[in-house]
Amino acid sequence: MPLRVTVTSHSDPQGEAIVSAAPLVGVRGLAQCRVSRVYHLDAAGPLGNDDVDRLCREVLVDPVVAEYSIGAALPAMGRAVEVAALPGVTDLDARELERAAQQLQIADLRVSTAVRYDLIGDLDDRAVAVITRRLLANDTIEQSHQGTLAPAFVAQADADCRVESVPLRGLSDSELQTLSSQRLLSLDTEEMRAIQRYFDDIGRSPTDAELETLAQTWSEHCVHKTFRAAIELTHTSADGRTTVTRHDGLLAALREVTEELDPWWLRSAFVDDAGIVAFDDRFDLAFKVETHNHPSALEPFGGANTGVGGVVRDILGVSARPIACTNVLCFGPVDLPAERLLAGVLHPRRIRDGVVAGIADYGNKLGLPTVNGAVVYDEGYIGNPLVYCGALGLLVNGSHPRAAQLGDRVVSIGGRVGRDGIHGATFSSATMDASTVDSVGAAVQIGDPITEKGCIEVVERACGLGLYNAITDCGAGGFSSAVGEMGEDLGVEIDLEGVRLKYSGLQPWEIWLSEAQERMVMAVPPDSLLALQQICDDWDVELTDLGSFSGSGKLVVRHGDTPVIDMSMDFLHNGLPRRELTATFIDPPSTAVESPRVDAEMLLGLLAHPDVASKEDIVRRYDHEVRAGTVVRPLVGRNADGPADAAVIKPLGTQHTPAAAVVSNGLCPRVGRHDPYAMALLALDEAVRNLVAVGGDPDRVALLDNFCWGDPTRSDRLGSLVRAVQGCTDGARRYAMPFISGKDSLFNEFEGRPVPPTLLISALGLVADLNRAIDSAGMSVGDDLWLVGRGSAALGGSVADALYGLGATDVPAPLDDPLPRYRAVHSAIAAGLVSAAHDCSDGGIAAAIAEMAIAARHGVAVEVPADGCDEFAALTNEGPGRLVLAAQRSDRDVLGQTLGVNGRRIGEVTANSRISLGVQGANGETIAAALVCVDVGDAVRAFTSSVAT
Amino acid sequence: MSAAPILIVHASGTNRDGDAAQAIELAGGSPRIVHVNQLRRGEVTFADHAGVLIPGGFSYGDSLGAGQRLALELRLWFAQELSEVVTAGKPVLGICNGFQVLVKAGLLGAVSEHRLAPENRQVTLTDNARGRFECRWVTLRVEPAVRSTWLGPIRDTIIRCPVAHGEGRFVSADDSVSAELEAQGLVAFRYQDSGATPVFQPDSVRAAAGAYPANPNGSAADIAGICDHSGAVVGLMPHPEDHVLDWQRPNGDPGATGLPLFKAFVAAAR
Repeated sequence: MPLRVTVTSHSDPQGEAIVSAAPLVGVRGLAQCRVSRVYHLDAAGPLGNDDVDRLCREVLVDPVVAEYSIGAALPAMGRAVEVAALPGVTDLDARELERAAQQLQIADLRVSTAVRYDLIGDLDDRAVAVITRRLLANDTIEQSHQGTLAPAFVAQADADCRVESVPLRGLSDSELQTLSSQRLLSLDTEEMRAIQRYFDDIGRSPTDAELETLAQTWSEHCVHKTFRAAIELTHTSADGRTTVTRHDGLLAALREVTEELDPWWLRSAFVDDAGIVAFDDRFDLAFKVETHNHPSALEPFGGANTGVGGVVRDILGVSARPIACTNVLCFGPVDLPAERLLAGVLHPRRIRDGVVAGIADYGNKLGLPTVNGAVVYDEGYIGNPLVYCGALGLLVNGSHPRAAQLGDRVVSIGGRVGRDGIHGATFSSATMDASTVDSVGAAVQIGDPITEKGCIEVVERACGLGLYNAITDCGAGGFSSAVGEMGEDLGVEIDLEGVRLKYSGLQPWEIWLSEAQERMVMAVPPDSLLALQQICDDWDVELTDLGSFSGSGKLVVRHGDTPVIDMSMDFLHNGLPRRELTATFIDPPSTAVESPRVDAEMLLGLLAHPDVASKEDIVRRYDHEVRAGTVVRPLVGRNADGPADAAVIKPLGTQHTPAAAVVSNGLCPRVGRHDPYAMALLALDEAVRNLVAVGGDPDRVALLDNFCWGDPTRSDRLGSLVRAVQGCTDGARRYAMPFISGKDSLFNEFEGRPVPPTLLISALGLVADLNRAIDSAGMSVGDDLWLVGRGSAALGGSVADALYGLGATDVPAPLDDPLPRYRAVHSAIAAGLVSAAHDCSDGGIAAAIAEMAIAARHGVAVEVPADGCDEFAALTNEGPGRLVLAAQRSDRDVLGQTLGVNGRRIGEVTANSRISLGVQGANGETIAAALVCVDVGDAVRAFTSSVAT
Repeated sequence: MSAAPILIVHASGTNRDGDAAQAIELAGGSPRIVHVNQLRRGEVTFADHAGVLIPGGFSYGDSLGAGQRLALELRLWFAQELSEVVTAGKPVLGICNGFQVLVKAGLLGAVSEHRLAPENRQVTLTDNARGRFECRWVTLRVEPAVRSTWLGPIRDTIIRCPVAHGEGRFVSADDSVSAELEAQGLVAFRYQDSGATPVFQPDSVRAAAGAYPANPNGSAADIAGICDHSGAVVGLMPHPEDHVLDWQRPNGDPGATGLPLFKAFVAAAR
């Protein structure tokens, strides 16, 4: 019978947070919430009270702020609710307590933990149930109970090693399809038939592990079937004319532009887990952005947590040291009324809070600064939040080995394997509905950042010593994807018996398939194994020798003497039938809209719009200072509350050069609703102008694409996807910037409703001298304000359109020849002529200028060129290619010459702490003076009013 | 004279060891990052070094409370070595997680001279008053009356640097402990309000007086760091190692870096 220990802190802010969150879920009567940690100790041998007492004093209890009790549960104060992780879900506190007990030589303990909430106040059963369901527990990974919860230990089943044979011979198409959906394979009939034929040919039925391996390897997640498919697009323009085009692989189209551009500083693109570009002659930079949407919808903390872990492993997978993180998040409105919430979906507020906590937990614990991002709120993301996680890495030029050799050992390092994370790849390759939670609970995991941190330390040292010939991460699909991929050319022979498990009882196919986070697979020459083992021992990382690269061209897996898999690598990697898909796209009709009146309320409304308003409450939960290299931070200005355009990062250990990296992003899903082609070009432009605004060189920019779309087997979804890819390829050519890596997350649909087509463009660039990097706050009173670029009358997809419900469908025209202006701005910044710069995006130039005033706490007086727009559109349009620059008056002439036709002087920084916006005509004549006049303090209040919501 | 060898202790989850090593190097010391496992095996010893720095991070993921697990390991495995380091007057510095570790090990904040017993703990670092991890720049003053000898050269100095923690609220067991800390000169750093002028100016710095965000975590008496009776052991929550170069500062005039702290540390380690 396990012994129960309860530890209660005198003042736990978590209790206060629950009290203040209760009204938001409709519960009024909660007056107080006391939070206690419960530890169930199960000892193999005798466990005396003295031992437990010692354990409490040594590790469990902080004597200054907490007290503890051993034995029965404390008498309930009010209503008690206990919450515990489901058996098998990562429980790091339990693991550390077991280790501590070992170190104290107390006993061989098994520990399971729970949290106890004593809810005090005027609460009925319903209120307690609502608090439990909406604030305390998530059924996907936790169990909860009113009163005392029995301890939850994983049942330790003795491994009765079973390999099941799955007969396919003679099954009809519909039977094959049924089998695919029953086993969560996410394979279509054509693909199931190909598998059936292969096994008919070799004269036996596939094993469960073979079928699962094929499903993982052939999943949309792993092989990007849609991006490799042949697609026929029927495009109907607004005037009704149709054109039909054939697209021979979307991925191929993106790669083709990169090959065409092939700049000298490009090290590798689309070949590994991350793209690589030169930093200087000694170091390279690796960059990757991933998505973790489906898991974050079900378990926001764990989903986002492991999203960070996954993209960091992508960086490790190119032998780079991770040095920074980014994230871009799309949620439903956090003030969504409960009655509009869909069944089976968590409330957007809860998803947002959980996702942010999950990202903060993982990034902070890895010691990576989270430096750049964006948050978009839109009703289109209620059923499917989007979580983009990015990571940047540094590696010694040319140090990443890519070729496993015959005889190399297949070695896994990092975490142990459990049942968590099975079917992650196939799960993310299907749409969701209200029952998804029940069927795929096992696909959702909680991360273990400290184990991954150990892997980072080991890989850096192992790479430095040349101890491996190839490396990849264990992502979705676990060993099946990682080993399958790595052994494609040589073939591998694996024995699963030695794999370290979190608990016994896993079947071979589960060991082989489980994603179980925080693992890397390496090809290690036998004579390097001992050295690698020593490094692993030094850094508390476990190593498993799984087998060898065999030269047979086959994937052979055993569990001891039991055969598990025996298939040809050729079929695994080349047997997937290519998809032939049809796509349709209809250009939206043009709509005339009436512009609202321009006044102070307009500006305050734009600043308070959730997409524009301060993200400080989120940003401060991320450590953006660790590694001592953050030059331009996410928040800038005297009070550190102005939004930055991009992050400038000086990698630790590169003090030999003044160069630094720049990371930025662009996305405009509201434009995508009307015109996904324009969205791609406008998102690309946003990423680039953000990057240029802080001093980045437009001739050293590498791009990543991340497509989040609905079900691509529906022709309209696929049509808009094709249009967006066309926008990307045209954009890469126009901007002369190669895509170096990308990712698509399709099937983001909930019960038939797709997310808005959402393309994130991430940009990586360089500043030659970090002392020339600037932000949007550095201006002084008396500085001139300049505008680069011209406005657009089209308000479709703008924040102003959303705020006023205008219904505009025309979107701004992308730029034809963007580079001259960006080069001009860059020369001006590099020459030290610009004191501050800010791009015009969400909320248009009105919001941009107000944000600069907020960041600097100075007044501004500006007359914006009308450029053919009415006053409202002139101030709020989100046309591409526009930046506001501040510069000393004494540099007026030289800056004018540097910017040439691209720059116009529009006003100045004032000492009067007012934001004054007017409109000027083509010859600089005032059309409307001081249309908007807002005190900087009021602007700050509007900008930060929703910070804590 | 060769650079003083400084031991930077790394446990699994430590992550500002590189930042600390850079600061030590800029201050003229010779940093060496060593994993606890290597120390435990005796491959490297505390005695080989002229000073010990326990850097920031999340040792063992901060499971069971920030610093608790590494504190236990220090007590179990290195009590003797650490006590010799302190007796020899070598400087010991804990930053952020390192501070939490020193407090929870009983090396800092114990009122009695008997070291390294959990019962002796009279102060702690617990959840921030706002209940969450927070990263922001703060202003510190080295306490003019601090007892620590090696902090002597920088008494009353202003340092600007970031905090990045979730469990940094300094709490004493009771008022008598607080009074004792003040009376004995054990308070080493306090959070300051650097004023609302457009550009940071040292002259406008005044006490944070408990007000957020100048005091970012609700620490009692604005205490950001303390020292022990011997004056050799010092700990603080903020990260002076992240402001040792001018470009690391987000805004404001040159100066107020954390470098003088590391120079004082290295000087004492000679």
